Amino acid sequence: MTQAKSACQIRSTCPYCGVGCGVLLKPDDKGALDVRGDAEHPANFGRLCSKGSALGETVSLDGRLLAPQIQGQESDWDRALDLVATTFSDTLAKHGPDSVAFYVSGQLLTEDYYVANKLMKGFIGSANIDTNSRLCMASTVAGHKRAFGTDTVPGTYEDLDEADLIVLTGSNLAWCHPVLYQRILATRKKRPEQKLVVIDPRRTASCDLADLHLPLALGSDVALFNGLLAEIAKRGLVDAAFAQNVSGLEEAIATAEGEDLSVTGLSDDLLAEFYELWCATEKTVTIFSQGVNQSSSGTDKVNAITNCHLATGRIGRAGMGPFSVTGQPNAMGGREVGGLANMLACHLDIENADHRDAVRTFWDAPAMPDQIGLKAVDMFKAVGEGTIKALWILHTNPAVSMPDADRVREAIKGCDFVVVSDITGATDTARLADVLLPATAWGEKDGTVTNSDRLISRQRAALPAPGSCKPDWQQITEVARRMGFGAAFDYQSPAEIFREYAALSGIAGGFGKDFDISGLKDLSDSAYAALRPTRWPVSDGKQGGRFFADGAFFTPDGKGRMLPVTWKPPVSKVERRYPFRLNTGRIRDQWHTMTRTARSPRLSAHYAEPFLELHPEDAAERGIGPTALVEVTTPHGKAILRAMITDRITKGDVFAPMHWTGENAPAARIDALVAPVTDPISGQPESKGSVAQIKPFEAAWYGFAISQSPVKATSDYWAVAKTTAGYRVELAGRETPEDWLKEARMLFDMPEAEAQTMFDPAKGTARIAFHQDGALVAALFISRKPVAVMRDYLSHLPGGEAPQVLSGKSPADQPDPGPVLCSCFNVGVNTILTAIETRGLMTVEAIGEALQAGTNCGSCRPEIKALITRAKGKEAAE
Amino acid sequence: MSERLVIIGAGMATGRLLDHLIAEAPGAFDITLFNAEPRGTYNRLMLSPVLSGELSFDEIVTHDEAWYRRHGITCRFGEWVQAIDPARQVVIGERGEVVYDKLVVATGSTPFIIPLPGHDLPGVIAYRDLEDTEEMITLAERPDARAVVIGGGLLGLEAAAGMAARGTRVTVVHLADHLMERQLDGPAGRLLQEALEARGIEVLCGAQSREILAGDDGRVRALQLADGTELPCDLLVMAVGIRPSVSLASETGIETGRGVIVDDRLKTSVPGIFALGECVEHDGALFGLVAPLFDQAKVLAKTLRGEAASFVNKEVSTKLKVTGCDLFSAGDFRDGEGRDSIVYSDPTSAIYKRLVIEGERLVGAVIYGDTNDGGWFFNLIRDGADISALRDSLIFGPAFQDATPVTPAPALMEVTA
Repeated sequence: MTQAKSACQIRSTCPYCGVGCGVLLKPDDKGALDVRGDAEHPANFGRLCSKGSALGETVSLDGRLLAPQIQGQESDWDRALDLVATTFSDTLAKHGPDSVAFYVSGQLLTEDYYVANKLMKGFIGSANIDTNSRLCMASTVAGHKRAFGTDTVPGTYEDLDEADLIVLTGSNLAWCHPVLYQRILATRKKRPEQKLVVIDPRRTASCDLADLHLPLALGSDVALFNGLLAEIAKRGLVDAAFAQNVSGLEEAIATAEGEDLSVTGLSDDLLAEFYELWCATEKTVTIFSQGVNQSSSGTDKVNAITNCHLATGRIGRAGMGPFSVTGQPNAMGGREVGGLANMLACHLDIENADHRDAVRTFWDAPAMPDQIGLKAVDMFKAVGEGTIKALWILHTNPAVSMPDADRVREAIKGCDFVVVSDITGATDTARLADVLLPATAWGEKDGTVTNSDRLISRQRAALPAPGSCKPDWQQITEVARRMGFGAAFDYQSPAEIFREYAALSGIAGGFGKDFDISGLKDLSDSAYAALRPTRWPVSDGKQGGRFFADGAFFTPDGKGRMLPVTWKPPVSKVERRYPFRLNTGRIRDQWHTMTRTARSPRLSAHYAEPFLELHPEDAAERGIGPTALVEVTTPHGKAILRAMITDRITKGDVFAPMHWTGENAPAARIDALVAPVTDPISGQPESKGSVAQIKPFEAAWYGFAISQSPVKATSDYWAVAKTTAGYRVELAGRETPEDWLKEARMLFDMPEAEAQTMFDPAKGTARIAFHQDGALVAALFISRKPVAVMRDYLSHLPGGEAPQVLSGKSPADQPDPGPVLCSCFNVGVNTILTAIETRGLMTVEAIGEALQAGTNCGSCRPEIKALITRAKGKEAAE
Repeated sequence: MSERLVIIGAGMATGRLLDHLIAEAPGAFDITLFNAEPRGTYNRLMLSPVLSGELSFDEIVTHDEAWYRRHGITCRFGEWVQAIDPARQVVIGERGEVVYDKLVVATGSTPFIIPLPGHDLPGVIAYRDLEDTEEMITLAERPDARAVVIGGGLLGLEAAAGMAARGTRVTVVHLADHLMERQLDGPAGRLLQEALEARGIEVLCGAQSREILAGDDGRVRALQLADGTELPCDLLVMAVGIRPSVSLASETGIETGRGVIVDDRLKTSVPGIFALGECVEHDGALFGLVAPLFDQAKVLAKTLRGEAASFVNKEVSTKLKVTGCDLFSAGDFRDGEGRDSIVYSDPTSAIYKRLVIEGERLVGAVIYGDTNDGGWFFNLIRDGADISALRDSLIFGPAFQDATPVTPAPALMEVTA
């Protein structure tokens, strides 16, 4: 169907993970947006996860950057663009092409990416453009290229429906790609014989319905899959016919056979069970994600997986194959278009002279690098060392998300000239910019993205660009024009860029590359506007479908490659000073550095503050209680996080979410703790393998605050989250201020107002509230121990009458709903527990029927099930 | 034949005693009742609404003449008792003697008059009975009437508020640095002061009176303070406390201290003579609040009938209303070593609460403005309950003490099993 099907509904694509769900957008006249799943989109068939469902809550203009800024002062486009162009040109002239760099993002649309890459690699003449996809997908790209000759995802989502065994490795699919996970659960309902295996050091929500969970030692995936390869060889399951098209088989097997499986920490029985299942099930899909990629041996991990599929010929056929799921809406588009410093465009290689010449000719490019550029970690190292003197950062927040983030922040701060294009100035990175350029946001953008199964979908604007915001492609082309490259950047629309890109892919196709969408090079503007989700390739030779079943690969000899890979431990070594392994990752309802999701009260209610998962024994040994704050130290940085004591995590490991930033929890910038160690092949950081020490944070006081307006916290620890009524804040500090009333006045910026107070100085208790015209404006609760109040009840009070707010409790007739578990229907933990206890609802379905919880996106269903299990356990114990 | 019971004093305690006797032992006693005031029993606590005009005197009478007549009680109202002769078991009144088998001394208390120069001038009154009340009511009929009240305790403030309600310009002169210092702490006292000032009453705390000045007509003209300030007034009400009226008893040879000393059965040192009410001293304690007086009345009714009963002086709380301001205090709310205070303050709603805690037990409470939970606090004080588990929400009262546990689990809840 086309955009025109319904006049008031615009078809677009969700801006979060790489599943690439289709959405139907319906703006109202007040700038709000109704968001629903697109039942006709093949990625999601109407389903959305909690984040996608809450997109409408993220489009308000609060905090939007609406005009260019130069050195913090509002400016206009001409001055800002002139300054950017002149400074980049001058820097180029003085210090050469490698003194400038672009750091871009999987949030960019393909058309934005294309012009950025074209400007850097074809006109500035440097390959110093890298994307934040480096942090999530680079090892897959490198692994794919080694195995297949190109960065090709062989299969499609339909394989998940057809597989008899799905292996999730390094992927908490239930939380990070919920719509795919729900798709698997739906299949299992129809075909209960479909098996699910989860390989993860943590027992994640994805383990909920798994037939088998292998809690392998962090980073030991290569050994696990080598063991599998050896088992495949031992059982004679190598597909001899397919192996004709594969090189490196013997060597890979020989290497695998030498592997010491004990490093996985898994029992022989567990290993045997997994190997038996894998070997016995032809239709097997191995899904992998950041747990594989974010590693100093990420590329080897990818190849350890592809080795098994190549050896058995289980690739490119229905229901089988290695399957990388990506973290960003257009990580794939960025990979295709050349957003990485080691790619040219359309899967062409910088270091290949023929490829370079072809692209140079096509672009009529004056300057082209013949070597790969700096990958993210090295790029910011060069920024820190001063060799990169002008840096343009688009739609990403490296001051938070890069490993060793404090150093990266310092590097950006110290850089001569930093341009940041973003939708807000309130990010750790944007605050360091010399020039801030206001970009259009997701709901206002127009272009294409590619999802994890090679589906190119349109993002369409549903809202007008606010203020003087401009799409990124326009910003880039206008700078290019001002730098004197006008002829090559004279685009009037994304469609025009897309056509050029499609035409270039035809050249790549000519070189035998997989990415060829030349069939779309003559797309009219209206056809582009109406473009339906389309799986690449789109060429005379091939339309969509799967790759490699025919044994034809994109390597020079046309064969698939098996790699002899061996297990290597994470680079950072656990030692006496740093006895813990620090794993990092996502939570269910937040996205990246929260610039969008933190605007949604619903999404912020699931986990309203940053935390550290640690094993009960580790907590007990260190005297860390269930509500304590924990100080986490690594050789690179420190953080303060709330303890979450759980046996889901292996003893000796700790896990922290990556989302919180200087804007909402400055003590919890977790990437400041991560070592800047990278995979030598992919350049991807080892974000899940740092080492750490933990100890209780010695808080002299703890605080909890609610407020209608943003707060100005300055304490050692604070974390703010959006609520329907304003904000909620957790606080703690090492030293107790003398006058809490004064502190409250500063925190809430209420210098004059009369305060309602409750003080119990002997116990260090202070409670202070401000009311205006009978309505609660803000309240602060201070205690020497973690504050015991009904947070979720209190959080909705600001703006209403709340004379009893300082009690910190709801009156008996208004129960506290508890932390939100079901974001879609805003159902709290306590509400669900009460229903379990008082109404005897003992299944997820019964809860859903009674409370709606879990009946939309389904991503909270594992947690609802856990609550029921816990209630059952309690019953049994009684 | 009925026993002859004579009662001296027809105040509220006597009224309650009579209620018990009539109900529990009708006809058992032949009762004679003396009262110096020329009337029977009325609710003295309700004189304030009479003063302010909210009630008429008739509405506060608890036992009227018809009631005494109905129950065969001989009333000798407006008659002072001259003496008691325990040897002959007679009470000598102004109008003759009465023989008793049992005698109850319920002479009440006498307002304390500070012996300032001029304290006996016309226009200087206490606030004790209907006559005082009527004088204050009459004052308001004068244009530009002014009054000074010495004493910022309950009685003085009621007098001030009542007169102010009738249009008299009133100044309260109080020696302590805040009002009602025996019932309220400083912040609560100051809230009360603000509320009174909002009603147009001038309040001077920490003010020492020096002399009461006379005018040309020989009546009170002004009060002069120690700092020389003169406060002009047409009436000066002295409300600085009461003393048990013990002179009759002590002249009779009954043992007295600050009051008429009684045992647990309300017996005095002289056989056949009992004492009741504000004139009593029991175990070193005097009584100014109505609740223990009613307890005494109940015990004495039994004692008179020869039944075993024993008076226990229970912990009391004060719940007061001063011209629309709710006040409550209970227990001992002084600061001290080992004592913590929990203080709640809401100036917008004019609510103030202070709880005093010693060893995780509530020992005192002061509340201004929202006294609904006073009884609950009082019980906690009386029972010596351990409040450590309730401490954070204690001051918010029983409505916030339900069983729902508030875990300090911050923003997180560990739910995945």
